[in-house]
Amino acid sequence: MKNILQREIPEELEGIGKLEAFEGAFSKLKKGWMEEKTVPPPNKAKMPHSSKICDTLRDAILKTKPRDGMTVSFHHHLRGGDNLVYEAIKILADLGIKDITLAASSLTTAHDPILPYFKDGTITQVYASGIRGELGKAIAEGVLPKPFVIHSHGGRVRSVHTGKIKIDLAILAASAADEEGNATGAHGPSAFGSMGYAAIDSWYAKQVIVVTDNIVDYPCVPQSITQNYIDYVVKVDSIGDPSKIAGGTTRITKAPMDLQIARLAAQVIEHSGELKEGFSFQVGAGGASLAVAKYIRKIMKHRSIKGSFILGGVTSYGVDMLNEGLFRSIFDVQSFDAAVSSSLLENQYHIEIPAGLYANPFNCGCMTNKLDIVVLGALEIDTNFNVNVITGSEGYVRGASGGHSDTASGANLTVVVCPSFRGRIPIVKKKVHTIVTPGESIDVLVTERGICVNPQKSELKANLESAGIKVKDIEVLAEEVEGITGKAKPIETTERVVGIVEYRDGTVIDVIHQVKE
Amino acid sequence: MELKTKAQAGSFESSDVLILVEPVEKGAGRIIELKSIVMQQFGDDLLGQIHANLDDFKIDDVRLIINDKGALPPTVSARLETALKRAAQLQSGTLK
Repeated sequence: MKNILQREIPEELEGIGKLEAFEGAFSKLKKGWMEEKTVPPPNKAKMPHSSKICDTLRDAILKTKPRDGMTVSFHHHLRGGDNLVYEAIKILADLGIKDITLAASSLTTAHDPILPYFKDGTITQVYASGIRGELGKAIAEGVLPKPFVIHSHGGRVRSVHTGKIKIDLAILAASAADEEGNATGAHGPSAFGSMGYAAIDSWYAKQVIVVTDNIVDYPCVPQSITQNYIDYVVKVDSIGDPSKIAGGTTRITKAPMDLQIARLAAQVIEHSGELKEGFSFQVGAGGASLAVAKYIRKIMKHRSIKGSFILGGVTSYGVDMLNEGLFRSIFDVQSFDAAVSSSLLENQYHIEIPAGLYANPFNCGCMTNKLDIVVLGALEIDTNFNVNVITGSEGYVRGASGGHSDTASGANLTVVVCPSFRGRIPIVKKKVHTIVTPGESIDVLVTERGICVNPQKSELKANLESAGIKVKDIEVLAEEVEGITGKAKPIETTERVVGIVEYRDGTVIDVIHQVKE
Repeated sequence: MELKTKAQAGSFESSDVLILVEPVEKGAGRIIELKSIVMQQFGDDLLGQIHANLDDFKIDDVRLIINDKGALPPTVSARLETALKRAAQLQSGTLK
C-alpha cells in the first residue's frame, strides 16, 4: 500500500505485524479518542521492610528470571557516556539469553560496543528514537533478522502504553538513588539532569532495576522515579564515563555558515508574527538550531519581550535565558548538558517532565501542543518540505527522530534550519531518502542560500515579505543546489525492508530499505 | 601539455580534493586512482569530469591519484589544472 506521502508500505512485516499507513499528521488524532487500548501495567506486591538491594547487576538480572525473546529497555540520559546498556546486554548474553528486543529511548555512538550482540542473535530487534554509529550502519545493512522501529519521543510513550512495546525488564540508570529505588539524575557525581524518558518504562515494565553509582540515604529527592515501581536496586562502581555524562556545556557553534543561517532564522522568527509576549520556545541542540537562541535572546532583550516557557531538550543556554528572566519556566524532558542538572535541582521553575507529558499524542494534550516556536535541523528536506533526520547520504541510519515530528506538529511556527548542501551532498532536494516529519508540519525552511515558506502558509509569507525578507520558491532553491553539486545518484538499496519509521500516532510514514554493501 | 615531474595540488580537508600527478611513459594511458567520500553519489560524474579536463589539456598518458573529500566540480577542475601545470613546470607551487 502507499501512504499519503506516496511511500510504499508493506501491509504486514514479520516481526512487527500489520502496518497502518500514515494518512496525515492529525487524521487519527482529530477524533479526540483512540481505538488502541491502553494495556494494564503489572500488579506487584512487596513485603514491608524487605530489601531491594542487589550486590551486582548480574544478581539483579538473575532475579528477574531473564528469558529468550524478552524485551529490555533503557533510557539514553547518560548521553555519550553510557556504559550501562553494554554492561547489561553483556550479562544477558553471558547467561545465554537470545532473541532480545532492545527498546532503548535512543542509541548513540556510545553504544557501538554492543554491535557483536546484534550479530550473534542475542539482540534480534530494536525499538529506538535514534540509532547512530556502527549500529546504524549495521542495521541498515540488515544485520538484524527482525525489522527495527524508529519512533518519536512521544510515539515511544504511546507504543509502551498501548502494548506495541511490551517491556519485560527496564534497567534504569540514575545518578542518585536510595535503597527503595527512588531515583534522580539531578545530583551525584554522574549527574545528568532530567530522567524524562525513563518514567514510562518504570510504570509499564514487568520488572524494573534501578542502577546507580551513588546510593544516598533514604529518601532520595527529588523523586524522578518513585519506589512503588521499582523491583531491585543495584549499586555499581560506574554507570559510564562521568566526564561524558556530567561534563561540559553545549557551546554555540562558531561555524560562520551555521551562524549566518541562525541569524536569518532569527529574522524570520522576529517577523513571523509569533514572537510575542508570553511565547513558548524550543530549539534543538545541534549546529544552527541552538545558535538561533543566541539571536532570539538579543531580540527579546532589545524588544523587552518575555516568554512563557522553554520546552524539550534543555541546554545551559536555555538555563541562562531562564535566569535572566527572559522565560518564566523550563519544562525539561532531557538535559543536553550537565550544567543543566544544578538548575533542575535548585530552580523551582525548571521542571522535570516525563516524555508522555512532553510529546505523547495519545493523551489530553502534551506540552508540544502548546509550543509557539520550534527550531529544528534536517539531514535532508524535499520540495514538499518533508524532512529526513534519520538516514544519511549513504543510506545508513545516523540520526534520530527524537522530538522532531512531535514538536513540528505541535508548534505554531516550525522553522527548519540547515545548509542547502553539505560538502557535495545536496540537502534541499526533490526527494529525501527517508521521511520522518511530514512537510505539512513545516512552516519555513531557512538556508544560507534562501528562505522558503511552505505554500500552505500564505500569511507567514506575507508577514515576511512585508518586513522586507526575501522568500524563495523551494523548487527554485532545489534546482539551484543541483546546479552547484550536480545530480546525485540515488542510494542503492535492495527490496528488503530492514526498518520502519513510525509517525508519532503509530502509523508508518516511511520504511528503510537494506543498503547494498 | 607535457608532464615533466611529479606534482600535487589541493588538500585533504573537507570539501577539497588532493590530486597527485605523475608523468608516465608515452602509450601508458590514463591511470586514475580515484577515492571519494561521495563515490556512490558522484563517482561517475567525477571520473567523467577528470577525463574531460585531461582531454582539454590533451593529456593521454598520466598517473593520477585523487583523494576527494566532497569537493564541488569547479574545485576539482581547479585543483587538477594546478597539479597538471605544476607537473608540466608551467606554474610553480606556493612553497619555495
